[in-house]
Amino acid sequence: MDAFTQHKGLVVPLDRANVDTDAIIPKQFLKSIKRSGFGPNLFDEWRYMDHGEPGMDNSKRPINEEFVLNFPRYQGASVLLARENFGCGSSREHAPWALEDYGFKAVIAPSYADIFFNNCFKNGILPIVLDNNIMDVLFEEAESTEGYQLDIDLDSQTITRPNGETIKFDVEPDRKHCLYNGLDDIGITLQQEQSITDYEEARKQRAPWLFS
Amino acid sequence: MAKTLYDKLWDDHLVAENPDGSALIYIDRQLLHEVTSPQAFEGLKIAGRKPRRLEANLATPDHNVPTTNKERQAGISGIEDPISLIQVKTLDENCDEFGVTQFDIDDIRQGIVHVIGPEQGYTLPGLTMVCGDSHTATHGAFGAMAFGVGTSEVEHVLATQCLRQKKMKNMLVKVDGKLGYGVTAKDVVLAVIGEIGTAGGNGHAIEFAGTAIEGLSMEGRMTICNMAIEAGARVGLVAVDDKTIEYVKGRPFAPQNDHWDMAVKAWNDLHSDEGAHFDTVVELKAEDIAPQVTWGTSPEMVKPVTGTIPNPANEDNPVKKEGIERALEYMNLKADSAISSIPVDKVFIGSCTNSRIEDMREAAEVAKGRKVAASVKQAMVVPGSGLVKEQAEAEGLDKIFVEAGFEWREPGCSMCLAMNADRLEPGEHCASTSNRNFEGRQGQGGRTHLVSPAMAAAAAVYGHFMDVRDIEISRLSTTENGGAE
Repeated sequence: MDAFTQHKGLVVPLDRANVDTDAIIPKQFLKSIKRSGFGPNLFDEWRYMDHGEPGMDNSKRPINEEFVLNFPRYQGASVLLARENFGCGSSREHAPWALEDYGFKAVIAPSYADIFFNNCFKNGILPIVLDNNIMDVLFEEAESTEGYQLDIDLDSQTITRPNGETIKFDVEPDRKHCLYNGLDDIGITLQQEQSITDYEEARKQRAPWLFS
Repeated sequence: MAKTLYDKLWDDHLVAENPDGSALIYIDRQLLHEVTSPQAFEGLKIAGRKPRRLEANLATPDHNVPTTNKERQAGISGIEDPISLIQVKTLDENCDEFGVTQFDIDDIRQGIVHVIGPEQGYTLPGLTMVCGDSHTATHGAFGAMAFGVGTSEVEHVLATQCLRQKKMKNMLVKVDGKLGYGVTAKDVVLAVIGEIGTAGGNGHAIEFAGTAIEGLSMEGRMTICNMAIEAGARVGLVAVDDKTIEYVKGRPFAPQNDHWDMAVKAWNDLHSDEGAHFDTVVELKAEDIAPQVTWGTSPEMVKPVTGTIPNPANEDNPVKKEGIERALEYMNLKADSAISSIPVDKVFIGSCTNSRIEDMREAAEVAKGRKVAASVKQAMVVPGSGLVKEQAEAEGLDKIFVEAGFEWREPGCSMCLAMNADRLEPGEHCASTSNRNFEGRQGQGGRTHLVSPAMAAAAAVYGHFMDVRDIEISRLSTTENGGAE
């Protein structure tokens, strides 16, 4: 996993609540057995005018010019502004894979669905939670200012706006540590191998039916 | 100190608490399927790791297996979609290579992961269980801490039998009273979601309790816990009682002999203690719940069948107002019109929410002696597993459905998420017993209305939504103690 330390990037505002993972990456693309290549099909049903299927040449498909991700001014965006409960629905990790493959490094929203939030951290994407009143300001600025960029620093947990003002955000220490250092979660857990073995021994005594 | 059921399950699985506030939690069992496991197995291979405990994993293909009899007769080679075929084959290969037990496409025990776990007694009270699928909350009906995870965590559990987690908050959803005639577990959970919203349970484990929940069968409790995630909660729970223990007894993976007695003793403590603290409490009266129908593109967009479609003009919150407007446009519905006036093009009875034997019976009771309306293009019934199908056929339910004009299919996730060929065409309205009515969920441009099996069968017969309380239901001999009542 790529580490996330600091990132300055173009911001795209996706102004709708309850964006679900079926919208982020439709089910037909989940048939892939790979982790990569989902970016061209991110938000597929909103981004294109036709029905997408795996294996299509996406560069030849008719695009929906009314969808915000397709606006010329947002090309190359790497920071996504979203509304409440972003990433609700299915547990598919293909959703953060698609966001990451498209080029997003961070999402900023007032709230997320739990599984999606968790999956982001496993894939080098920083999901930031901000209050609704600050979100409204960011939405307004991103929509009214062409080339609007935010500078996100994980170490100091700050977002710097173009006017130089900073916004603080919270992130859980363990998640921050792993993301900041790009650490392999499994490797960290395996450092506690002895605790796992001890637990298993005790559990075997208490619930032997699970071990027979 | 008095503990909630969730507190007890958490404490019982705590391997280590870390100074940074996270905890290492032991995972007793994992279910695997073809869609969210290939990259996890690949990760193990790349890192040179092996599953820590093979017996703690059970696999089956479900999401994109075909459900037509013709395709299924040819087994795996009958899968016409070449990409789906690769995915199902990859599961076969990974299970063979690593030695994971699999109920493959030809096995009578194959089915939807959340149907086969309980059916096999693989799901047990007191467990922690995960699966790369958000509807894993289903298994909480047995007093187990079960939740959906992403593929990275599927790999994590394979390799370590543990997960790094933060403890969630406790929410109690209490439904007291007696459910009315024709009102089912599905209506209860849809009413709960309508009440608290799709994000209402975010960050929480929900325990469902109260006399109405106690009165439900295990199938009904599974339907309720299954949709906890649609209220934002990864974990749904119901306390263990005699029904739980009776259901588990004698199933293939259930404890036997001395272990059984020991297990039952341990399971009897799996309930929230008197006076345990819940961060949030929501109460509903069973008598207030009518059969429910979703009208929009989120499960919280739900109304009683007797209700009308909301008018965005009455909504003050601008984000919600826009959400209603967008949903009405996508669903092609008019504000203030009657729910019962919505015409239905297709009907889907199945999914991990409603494809168990009781669901089949509930739908058959309505379908018996009736015909699918001529205006309905397709009505399909997809049992949740090979064993559910076998049982339903032994009871003659398949004949009831076929005589009424329904298609009787092979087990799988089918049109719940339309990864296989079962899907809606753009613009079609579907009465569906599944769990999500998101845009495009059942096929691009498709319009999903979530309902109970009885309500779906009634919609098939009438061609539009119909209050199942207003129609006569044929009692089947097998449903004297259950069914739609």
